[in-house]
Amino acid sequence: MSERFDVAIIGAGPAGLAAAGVLGQAGCSVTLLDEQAEPGGQIYRGIGSASGPRKSVLGADYAAGASLLPSLAHDSVTHIAGATVWEVTPERDIYYSQAGKASGLKAEHVLVATGATERPMPFPGWTLPGVMTAGAGQILLKTAGMLPPSPCVLAGSGPLLFLIAAQYLAAGFKIDAIVETTPRGNLAKALPHLPGALLNNKYLRKGLAMLASLRKAGIPHYKASTSLVAEGDGQVEALKFTSGGKPHRLACASLLIHNGVVPNVQISRSLNLDHAWDSLQHCWHPVTDASGATSLAGFRVAGDGGGIAGAEAAAHGGRLAALAILEDLGKITGGERQARSSDDSAALKWHGRARPFLDALYAPAREFLEPADSTIVCRCEEVTAGKIREFVDLGCLGPNQAKSFGRAGMGPCQGRYCGLTVSSVIAAKLGKEMDEVGYYRIRPPLKPITLRELASMDLDDDADERPAA
Amino acid sequence: MRNVLHFKRLDEASGDTVELTFEGEPVTARAGETVAAALLAAGHISGRQTPVSGSPRGPYCMMGACFDCLVEIDGEANRQGCMTQVRDGMVVRRMTGARDVDRGSAA
Ligand SMILES: Cc1cc2nc3c(=O)[nH]c(=O)nc-3n(C[C@H](O)[C@@H](O)[C@H](O)COP(=O)(O)OP(=O)(O)OC[C@H]3O[C@@H](n4cnc5c(N)ncnc54)[C@H](O)[C@@H]3O)c2cc1C
Ligand code: FES
Repeated sequence: MSERFDVAIIGAGPAGLAAAGVLGQAGCSVTLLDEQAEPGGQIYRGIGSASGPRKSVLGADYAAGASLLPSLAHDSVTHIAGATVWEVTPERDIYYSQAGKASGLKAEHVLVATGATERPMPFPGWTLPGVMTAGAGQILLKTAGMLPPSPCVLAGSGPLLFLIAAQYLAAGFKIDAIVETTPRGNLAKALPHLPGALLNNKYLRKGLAMLASLRKAGIPHYKASTSLVAEGDGQVEALKFTSGGKPHRLACASLLIHNGVVPNVQISRSLNLDHAWDSLQHCWHPVTDASGATSLAGFRVAGDGGGIAGAEAAAHGGRLAALAILEDLGKITGGERQARSSDDSAALKWHGRARPFLDALYAPAREFLEPADSTIVCRCEEVTAGKIREFVDLGCLGPNQAKSFGRAGMGPCQGRYCGLTVSSVIAAKLGKEMDEVGYYRIRPPLKPITLRELASMDLDDDADERPAA
Repeated sequence: MRNVLHFKRLDEASGDTVELTFEGEPVTARAGETVAAALLAAGHISGRQTPVSGSPRGPYCMMGACFDCLVEIDGEANRQGCMTQVRDGMVVRRMTGARDVDRGSAA
């Protein structure tokens, strides 16, 4: 293992970039690994290359991401783009592939800043070509300036769904309908959190403004929609659903779906770090303290990968983790760290104020947590919800057993788009809590690697430390 | 497939172009975009069939997480189209049948 760094940061989104800035300024040797071709993470995808018009379409919150890029200018910061991390060991050895070649490095401290993925939204037909996540539609807009074919329907729940509709509108593209699946009862459950959210009403004001612009544009908005089915022969052709007590069928050439975002826990799970179930956000997150410290010394988590709080909070969290690492490295004293942390700590609290209201308001609908029997839940291995229930009848007690019963979660996505669903289907069937049922054990390699890539690793003295992949 | 559904480029005229082929058909892409984006813009919304049931699939997440964008690129199977940038002369093919690179198969 040749290269050694003070700090390895995995993920160049707002959390990772902000941390790199603090650490680079202090002269620490930092390597920032990200599998995307450009820095920015999910919110600021393509920020370094987006044209002026594209930035104005995507809005001021997007354009603001450019302010994080100078983090990469510090001499001691190395950004390795296009590098997919496929194994992180408890000894802080990191293995990654870049352009078909595998390499390894070692770091004194590791900051996992791998962000979020979109929560699974399984319903009949969600695997048809032409059905994509709303985030995917947005990535195509951010990185390639592309708009989906019409008629285009957006379906699901959560602030991002409306944001994307509004960004399309700004691009001169009017989607044909929003089919919102936010359950009717959510508002009542969210209202007790409203006073807290009013202390930071920035998100509320933005959300209301977005909804108003969509209404003004005359985009049909179906509320509290249920029983979604995507139909089509080889590709999506229509979305069927029920709303306002009536069945509907909307023709579509593209169907963008979204059901909120959840922490990407692949690395933290593979390290067996402690995780906690968050019943308000309906997801697991690694257990951390305010500086992102996890249950394993030397590993911190920052940003949405530690719990969903949004992009600005991610940057504050990244800086707080970096300051704590500086103290651990002996570069600053505890007092200095405290003094330098206070602004970010306060800002993080402020951003957190709006969360409980948003989380309760956009809590996912039951039909996507416990889909109908015929619905495919594991896209890779094509395992249906009904099959998972059958496994339970046969004695399957948790998601890891579901793997051996019927390969659920054993495909290349490693449960990224079925893990939460499989756990919740099993929990519901057994009448247990999510915490009791647990989650898939995640094992390296975190992404498939080829023999050729493995063979390309530079062999050196401690080659025996190489993981058996 | 009955109708060809294209993703449209906002700024159609701008950017350097790159030529590749999909199943032997020419595809004109923009430099810097991914194979998955280029195929969507050319109306190829599905690049593979599942090994289990043979159902068609196309890009779903565009962020490297779902593996539904797998295609064969320059003779190499199971490449993530959404994570691979286009190059002049690239030969892209549809993936059908068994997936031979599963996770962990490198061992
Ligand atoms: C598709 C999508 C679109 C979103 N769009 C918006 C938006 O427009 N506005 C908004 O406010 N919020 C958006 N979000 C929410 C998002 O989570 C933001 O709050 C913000 O991007 C979080 O910042 P972060 O630094 O925690 O992680 P991210 O910005 O997600 O950055 C994480 C980075 O880690 C990298 N990574 C992950 N795993 C690996 C690995 N194994 N190896 C190497 N690199 C890896 C990823 O490539 C990514 O660049 C979006 C989320 C998703 C999933
Ligand atoms: S579209 Fe999901 S991995 Fe490429």
